[in-house]
Amino acid sequence: MAWQWFHRLGSPRWFYEKTTPWLPWLATLSIALIVTAAVWGLAFAPADFKQGNSYRIIYIHVPAAFLALAGYYIMAISGAVGLIWKMKLPFMVMKSAAPIGALLTFVSLVTGSIWGKPTWGTWWEWDARITSMLILFFLYLGMIALQQAFQHRDTADKASAVLALVGMVNIPIIYKSVDWWNTLHQPATIKFTSKSSIDPSMLYPLLMMVIGFYCFYALVLLLNTRVEILRRENRTQWVNDLVSAINKRA
Amino acid sequence: MKFQFESIADFIAMNGHGPYVWASYAITFAVLVFLLVSPLLQKKAFVKQQQKQQKLAQASDIASGSIE
Repeated sequence: MAWQWFHRLGSPRWFYEKTTPWLPWLATLSIALIVTAAVWGLAFAPADFKQGNSYRIIYIHVPAAFLALAGYYIMAISGAVGLIWKMKLPFMVMKSAAPIGALLTFVSLVTGSIWGKPTWGTWWEWDARITSMLILFFLYLGMIALQQAFQHRDTADKASAVLALVGMVNIPIIYKSVDWWNTLHQPATIKFTSKSSIDPSMLYPLLMMVIGFYCFYALVLLLNTRVEILRRENRTQWVNDLVSAINKRA
Repeated sequence: MKFQFESIADFIAMNGHGPYVWASYAITFAVLVFLLVSPLLQKKAFVKQQQKQQKLAQASDIASGSIE
């Protein structure tokens, strides 16, 4: 009985129906957090004594980079679960996570590049952190391409799950890149084991934005997974009923 | 907590860092909006296509006489 919830997770229909009431809450929460944190970070947090106002890019750069990495975990773990327990739903989550992760990695690369110009005097540097993030971006693109390269759904899912797992080696490299190599990129600002090297007046809006980004990520991952569920289950009775119900309401 | 700038013009200029900061925020928010809107549009398109197929299936049922 204890494992019943786990087997239910394999049922796309159960997942679809269960997550419906979560959506408005996640949407409200993430929009409120992101908007508040953006106003706070842009207008009310003090300027950095060394970097001036350009540091305000941190409030979107760091959360986007966090989620680019967290999204990779989610994608790779879903792929592993799908491979091991032969469940359909984790593969749908994995497929949905790829374009979201790619865009968030793109955001962290672009905002980092824009931040680099006034701070380091260059748009781009082949430094360890930046290069490993670029590889992460290509891994995400590879996942998207691989999903479309196979005629059979099963083959595409299995092949991209393997790619996601192999790509995991890049994750510790990204984390450790600022310590292992002498790089231009500044070391981690937020630390969980020791005192953060950032003043609370700057830290609180950043933490708020990180939480907001997590909620937003959860929201868009759910929305994408739900569309993927509908597409793959489009011949089932429950999807048919759902479409008819929407039809009647319209 | 207080507003860190002397005027709105000062806020937009950000001591010369304005273009960098605002460009970053604009790109990020454009991506976030896209991430949110794209699955909603995809769902709409799916429902539309599915309805079309339901109608086709009904029409062929009527034609073949399985529905009076």
